[in-house]
Amino acid sequence: MAVIPVERKPLTFAERTYIPQIISGLKTTLKHMVRKPITLEYPEQRPEIPAGYRGVPTLVYDPNGREKCVSCQLCEFVCPPKAIRITPGEIPSDDPTAHVEKRPEEFKIDMLRCIYCGLCQEVCPEEAIWLQNQFSMSGYTREEMVNDKKRLYELGGTLPDAHFKWDKKKAAEEAGNGHH
Amino acid sequence: MIQPAKPDLVTVNIDGKEIAVPKGTNVIEAARQLNVDVPHYCYHPKLAVVGNCRMCLVEMGMPAVDPATKAPIMDEATGKQKINWIPRPQIGCGTNVAPGMHIKTTSPMVKDAREGVMEFLLINHPLDCPICDQAGECKLQEQATAYGRGYSRFIEQKNVKPKRTQLGPRVTLDDERCVLCSRCIRFSRDVAGEDVLGFVDRGSYSTLTCHPDKKLEHNYSLNTVDICPVGALTSTDFRFKMRVWFLKQTKAICTESSVGANTVVWSREGVIYRITPRRNDEVNDTWMTDSGRLLYKAVAAENRLKTAGSLDALVAEAAKLLKAGSVAIVGSGRATVEEQFALKKLAAATGASVALVSRVGEGDKLLLSADRNPNVRGALVTGLITQLPSAQLTALAADIDAGKVKTILTHGEDLVAAGLTAAQLAKVNVVALATHADATTAAAKVVIPTLTAFEKSGTFVNQQFRIQKFATAVPGPAGATDDLAVLAKLTAALGAQTPGATVGAIWNTLAAEVPALATITYANLPETGLLLDATPWQGLPFVEGETLHHKPAAAASA
Repeated sequence: MAVIPVERKPLTFAERTYIPQIISGLKTTLKHMVRKPITLEYPEQRPEIPAGYRGVPTLVYDPNGREKCVSCQLCEFVCPPKAIRITPGEIPSDDPTAHVEKRPEEFKIDMLRCIYCGLCQEVCPEEAIWLQNQFSMSGYTREEMVNDKKRLYELGGTLPDAHFKWDKKKAAEEAGNGHH
Repeated sequence: MIQPAKPDLVTVNIDGKEIAVPKGTNVIEAARQLNVDVPHYCYHPKLAVVGNCRMCLVEMGMPAVDPATKAPIMDEATGKQKINWIPRPQIGCGTNVAPGMHIKTTSPMVKDAREGVMEFLLINHPLDCPICDQAGECKLQEQATAYGRGYSRFIEQKNVKPKRTQLGPRVTLDDERCVLCSRCIRFSRDVAGEDVLGFVDRGSYSTLTCHPDKKLEHNYSLNTVDICPVGALTSTDFRFKMRVWFLKQTKAICTESSVGANTVVWSREGVIYRITPRRNDEVNDTWMTDSGRLLYKAVAAENRLKTAGSLDALVAEAAKLLKAGSVAIVGSGRATVEEQFALKKLAAATGASVALVSRVGEGDKLLLSADRNPNVRGALVTGLITQLPSAQLTALAADIDAGKVKTILTHGEDLVAAGLTAAQLAKVNVVALATHADATTAAAKVVIPTLTAFEKSGTFVNQQFRIQKFATAVPGPAGATDDLAVLAKLTAALGAQTPGATVGAIWNTLAAEVPALATITYANLPETGLLLDATPWQGLPFVEGETLHHKPAAAASA
């Protein structure tokens, strides 16, 4: 490899006094002293979360309080880091949502594994799993970092529903459409 | 090139490719041999053809001949014989091949026909794939994707039909998903021999139901679930348990009886979820019994033996008892050929007599034979026994009473169930290789937990003397050891040479020492099994009656 000698220029008189440099540095500092701060006093102050943000995956109810997940396990299948674990179960026949037939008995998302990719939300045919605004997960043990079904619904809450497909189905059933 | 047709072969042209198939083959099967998929719902290779789903429509033509002279009419443009295409599509399942027949499966007419049929089938389909157990192995899903239009023009209200009809103790019907293919009806009527299912009502109100006062409760009812191309018939046992795409499929052999039905064990992460039949035209076609499908429950049974302590200590203790002499060995018709051979080596090392426990029930003339041991013939082939096992261990009981036997080694058999009394067991030292806790393990001095048939690999010899192999579906529980490893350790502890502690190792010895298996290797055993020469055992009074694909020699001559 060829060696390229670089000539170091000697400092000028002004540079040797350091005064212009100090003044230009202080200018930047003083400018920021009077500006509005751009940092937040986290955690007392929370940032504004933009729409479409991919936070912690959660399960949601529909506006009628029905849990939307039917445990089809597509999210479990698609999940790249295998963070989701579902135990499917049958809805008992005396339940008001018995016509949906299936719901998760247990639903676990290991937040130590989750990579927030949002594929579970994308694949869900029931629009039951949503990555919402929650971005900060912490815990003292590994077990604490696994969200179970109860916690997932607590985090998720209720989201508006555009289809009410199961309600329509029940209405058709009650109208006796068809079978005679 | 048209190959010179053999007398029983018919040459047809499917999508421009020639193939010679046996006379009587239908278009679907001929196309299958060319890897051309002709979609279908109602057609099943082992059931009668009804042609009611109309999904297998293809375009068909025959070579043109002059009606008067019967001379071929040539197409001048191509120089080949002209093809007279039938102007309307024909069903592939109900059409047998004819010499020179031409089939198109990709023409616009066929594409239109398929799209039309798919659209009609989906008109009243509930599209509840997210909660449907068939999702992932559903013909409706697959063929809607492959041949459907991709969107629906139906804006009216869909029909509503019953969603959770219990057709029988093991089968649940979701009527909305039914495409009225009638496979289940034909299976029950023609194969299971119990005509219990039928359609009522007309048109899109048609509903599958049981005949009055009847239930779908014969021992083959779950086969209707297997052949249901959609999710209409579902297994009550498997319902909502696990999606099929998670399940690992392992080829296995049913241990219920000496029929040796070929099966697939479906498991996920060491848990078995269901067992389904695997096609073997020489043994079980595509069927199996309902009772055989429940055998997997033994794997996670509550009385499963697990904790063992140190295996070496147990083996040492057992070897001490065996070394004392006066040993009797009770082998098992449920053990694999390899284990029976290893047990024979152990018997030779101890000088013990060997008895087998016989299990006889009533055969159903289909896929449940009278001999409920899957592998008694394996014991004959390996030379573990020379005579068929008697119903009770009377000879052994007499020997115990006479004080001739001091130690009994039982390989997976419950001696109390096999006819020995608790008092007789108390007189001897029992070494039990067992999978489940029972009266024998309770009375045994040494209990070594071993594996069930789902947790090991090996071979069984079925009633036709067909040797069939099966693979490990799930790992055994902690504390249980492979039977072969235990037998090898015991043999070694007695100072004799072991035949090998794994299936692969033991087959080297088996092929060398057992004349019937001389030319066979485990790896090369075909999936459909291999018929062994049964002549040395022809005179034995086997208990099996006639079943599907098996006619015992005695019945055949009578």
